[in-house]
Amino acid sequence: MKNIIDTIFANATRMIAFGVLLLLAWIFTVLFEHSLESLQAFGFDFILEDKWAPNLEKFGALPAIYGSVVSTFLAMVLAVPVAIGIAIFLSEIAHAKLKTPVSVSIELLAAIPSVIYGMWGLFYFVPIIRDTFGGVGISMLTAGIVLSIMILPFMAAVTRDAMNTTPDILKESAYALGGTKWDVIKDIIIPYAKSGIIGSFILALGRAIGETMAVTFVMGNVHKISADLTEPATSIPVALANEFAEADSDLYYSSLFELALILLVVSFVIISIAKFYFLRRKRVGQ
Amino acid sequence: MTHTQKRIFLSKVVMILSTASAAIGIGFLFWILGVLIINGIDALTLTIFTTEGTPPGSGDGGLKHALIGQLLLVFYASLFGVPLGVLAGTYLSEYSQKSKVGEIIRDISDIMMSAPSIVIGAFVYAIVVTPMGHFSGWAGSIALTIIMLPIVLRTTDDMLQLVPSTLREAAFALGAPKYKVITQVVYRGAKAGILTGILLAVARVGGETAPLLFTSFNDNFLNTDMMQPVASLTVTIYNYATSPYEDWQKLGWAAAFILSMFILTLNILGRLILLKKKVK
Repeated sequence: MKNIIDTIFANATRMIAFGVLLLLAWIFTVLFEHSLESLQAFGFDFILEDKWAPNLEKFGALPAIYGSVVSTFLAMVLAVPVAIGIAIFLSEIAHAKLKTPVSVSIELLAAIPSVIYGMWGLFYFVPIIRDTFGGVGISMLTAGIVLSIMILPFMAAVTRDAMNTTPDILKESAYALGGTKWDVIKDIIIPYAKSGIIGSFILALGRAIGETMAVTFVMGNVHKISADLTEPATSIPVALANEFAEADSDLYYSSLFELALILLVVSFVIISIAKFYFLRRKRVGQ
Repeated sequence: MTHTQKRIFLSKVVMILSTASAAIGIGFLFWILGVLIINGIDALTLTIFTTEGTPPGSGDGGLKHALIGQLLLVFYASLFGVPLGVLAGTYLSEYSQKSKVGEIIRDISDIMMSAPSIVIGAFVYAIVVTPMGHFSGWAGSIALTIIMLPIVLRTTDDMLQLVPSTLREAAFALGAPKYKVITQVVYRGAKAGILTGILLAVARVGGETAPLLFTSFNDNFLNTDMMQPVASLTVTIYNYATSPYEDWQKLGWAAAFILSMFILTLNILGRLILLKKKVK
């Protein structure tokens, strides 16, 4: 009797664990199947075509891809230096009394849902952009900035964790040789934690590219490629969030599914690079 | 300036720059938090909890429908997500130590944790909403379950591995079968950690908006039938905030405040549980 329960328990846990693998495969298959119509209709042109006109049954993903790339790039350019600043501040500058509260509040801010960041962006940041740069304020630039603020807490927290892996004894040795704080940071901490820090940035990039709510509020969902950053734009998640519930033809749906598939593949690749190349769990002896 | 003076000077400049960038970053974050608290408390009234949505302009609407809908969606998601995640995590930690498959499942879960949640929404749309023919609460809960599963799985796995193997050996030596060792000894040892993991996972899915947009959709009235569209706080925030009506925007802030407090409370609670465990 005991053996039977034992076998059932072991097999139940095994089945569920393998189910996670199947689930991912299932997600890819379903998205692929639903993209077929669009794949057949447009082929490779889908990602090169810049016209997205549902009323004409013409779908090109280039504006959405362009928007995803540019808004994420802006977010990274703005967030990376600030995240490094916060990480240096927390690991090397801040007094112990300040360190914990600031650390904890940054971690808690990372838990605030992205819809809140988006709402703040819409009500408080859009007017600032409008008054400073003209236009309607709903734009690629606004999206990039709000996105950078949204990923900042996550990025700062993981960068700090990566920097904190540097053994104290290495830092102390450098200080004993007369190194300044900056010497220690650039010659000891950054070389030691380099792969962890880069990995954290790429992981944040993977999150930023799929982030929906923080940008949906402030981007405008306009399928047009414009070099002017203060013009409304769109990105893959923004297009999905705005149009999925309203699509009215099979080809329209299929094109949206293809967008979702592209997004999943791209973020899968980015996150895998971060995880397997930079953040590999350290093996024994290293 | 001598070389040493230059180095000291450079170091000071960098320290000032990092402190300044930290101040800017933290300033922005507190700006958001401040805006949220001021607008939220301003919009918060008791009637919000007792009335449902009303047409814009009437000014007497509430969030009862969204609050109850949100609780339902998250409750059902946890009902599926927590046991499935804990059991799968148990397999990884207790049955597949150092095996290749275990490592692969771990890596895949890590990747799924960071995968765009809106894609999960599209997937659930295809497998649940399309066959059913309409949006439904179940579709929303299923999407949240999928997002929750890898989080619970990974924390359970990590927490169970922290339980010393001597405890397992002692239980085995007393003749206990493996499932008993796991459920009565290992789980007990990792209780606080697993609970923290569950709280954080609930907090995470509680704030998800994107996967609900086209699964559970939204409803301006109270609906507890999971076969029909169900309102959620997050989608309500999105709809109300982007509406042109001032009273709806105000309700949006109240919803944002309630949601954030709920999520921060879960996060703080999770941390306290772990902290208390460590102090013992």
